[in-house]
Amino acid sequence: MDTLSRGRRPALGGEARGGLAARLREPTSVVFLALFGLIAVGWVLVALDGGQFLTTESIVGIQQRSAALGIVAIGQTLAILAGSLDLSVAYLISLTSLVAAEIMAGQDGNILPAVAAVLAVSALVGLVNGLVITRLHVHAFIATLGVALIIRGIVDHLYDGPAGKVPESFQLLGYSRIGPIPVSALLWAGVAVVAWFLLSRTRLGYRVYAVGGNEEVARLSGIRTSRVIVLTHVLCSICAGVAGLLLASRLGAGAPTVGTDGGYDLESIAAVVLGGTALAGGKGGVAGTVGGVLLLAVLDTIFNQLEVNSFVKDVVRGVVIVIAVAVYARRIKGRSA
Amino acid sequence: MKRALPILVVLVVLLAAIAIVNPHFLEPAGFLAFLKRAAPLVILAAGQYFVIVSGEFDLSVGSLVTAEVVIAARLIDGDESATWPVLALLIVIGLLVGLVNGVVTTKLRVPSFIVTLGMLLVLSGAVFLWTGGAPRGALSEGFRTFGRGALGPVPWSVLILLAVGAAAIWLMRADFGKTLMATGDNERAAALSGVRVDRAKIFAFVLSGLAAAVAAILLGGFAGVSAQVGQGLEFSAITAVVLGGVALGGGRGSVLAAMAGAFTLEALFTLLNLYGISGALEFTVQGVIIIAAVAAGAVRLPWKFTPRRGDAHAAS
Repeated sequence: MDTLSRGRRPALGGEARGGLAARLREPTSVVFLALFGLIAVGWVLVALDGGQFLTTESIVGIQQRSAALGIVAIGQTLAILAGSLDLSVAYLISLTSLVAAEIMAGQDGNILPAVAAVLAVSALVGLVNGLVITRLHVHAFIATLGVALIIRGIVDHLYDGPAGKVPESFQLLGYSRIGPIPVSALLWAGVAVVAWFLLSRTRLGYRVYAVGGNEEVARLSGIRTSRVIVLTHVLCSICAGVAGLLLASRLGAGAPTVGTDGGYDLESIAAVVLGGTALAGGKGGVAGTVGGVLLLAVLDTIFNQLEVNSFVKDVVRGVVIVIAVAVYARRIKGRSA
Repeated sequence: MKRALPILVVLVVLLAAIAIVNPHFLEPAGFLAFLKRAAPLVILAAGQYFVIVSGEFDLSVGSLVTAEVVIAARLIDGDESATWPVLALLIVIGLLVGLVNGVVTTKLRVPSFIVTLGMLLVLSGAVFLWTGGAPRGALSEGFRTFGRGALGPVPWSVLILLAVGAAAIWLMRADFGKTLMATGDNERAAALSGVRVDRAKIFAFVLSGLAAAVAAILLGGFAGVSAQVGQGLEFSAITAVVLGGVALGGGRGSVLAAMAGAFTLEALFTLLNLYGISGALEFTVQGVIIIAAVAAGAVRLPWKFTPRRGDAHAAS
């Protein structure tokens, strides 16, 4: 039952016996504490370097940088919570950016059909992912890897480079901002709130946690587990589609490599796990993922401001992810022992 | 070896299909060329098999292969006398990376998916940080012999492949194989019956690192030095193992079947080339076939091995 309640607001009251200390032990709190710690360290380091860390420019940069990854990671959170995972998001992002830019073809009037087409394509891909996993009993790793290969073949076969054109009005989504908050960050926040509501306030959310916690038990308690898994994959793919739209609006065109260049498949999984969601499913939530994505973005910003070599970034990112998960594992072990 | 039967049948069918289009394939030279091309992936699949059967993943092998080849090129830099020390160093690096993967997975209790993903980032970042963004230097002729040379009519890589294959089969028949299988099937039960679970898993990761080092030595000779030499190999190796009917999650499948899976994947690539399916669409066909093959295996199994239904209780 502990697995069911973790990461969910109403149930946190039930764990109040430890009070504040117990709450601070939640991975979600850890990731936000780490985030604030990192901001403080970054502020000091950049100040020593003679720069200024939290300028409007850098705050906007952090939000811009994290929006696309953030949206994908929210979708990935849903799939992982249900005990699955999705390796096809990177190629799906490339595909949807191309679909969007090709249909828009620079015309304002084509924006709505293009958005509708992107959502339809991504929902279809999610449906295929989910059905292959549940009906054909293929492990999610192989199923989504196979679907990724299929999409990759189609995209590479049809396109060699950027294609299509996104009209000026749609490019506003990628670049305009309200005060210090970019529209893309608002979109991310919107997706996060919807996913949070879905997980913590609806029946579907409870079922997602139940299926991820123990599929067999969930099935025996009368949950149609296949339906839940298919639905989380559809939602995950739709999130990837929205990220594809966002990236197309930033580039002004669709690009066959935009998804893989960003490494959105493994990076989104890393962000989810960094946010304290268990890779095995059933534990965690959207708030942690938001923290995980912000943590990666702040790390990026610090490195950019200190003008650190981009390969060092990869090394540090790898180490940070492993250490973070090791810390969570230690806490969970300590509690059950 | 009953488990290896389905994949062997598929492999024979694919090989026959290749032979029909290209009769040269049946001659020793043609077939040895195929074995030579397949050797690195088969060796990687054998290494990956140990990790998967113990219930874990190793996503770091692709970047480990790249890192090894880039390190070899930079250190040898065309100097023939540096060949053997560098070869030894590569093996040690492979073992070391496997050891770190294994220790972090078992002692710090981090899921191996994350550990090896982190290792992937660290390796690719560190090696290009060291060489300044692109591979530098060159391999010596002595080094490249392993990948492209031959002993009489038989390529070195085929001999190495046979040795690795025999060692892998022997390992799985020895006590180590049985403890590893028990660990992957039910870690708790294995631990309670006295298996040193952590040690078995660490050893599996070390074997995977070793396999990646050997594959890198072959690929460096065969394909040359590039930043992309190991790209995607981790997914190919995992796919090959799963094609061989080895269950992700551990405890099922034979190493022979895993290696046959790698041969099948390579035969599939060859066949697609022969039928002139253009470069990019190859991925699509590959994706469809992988899903179909694994699905066929998964759907068929419950009828054949009915007692398996009980596994659900054992696993939880």
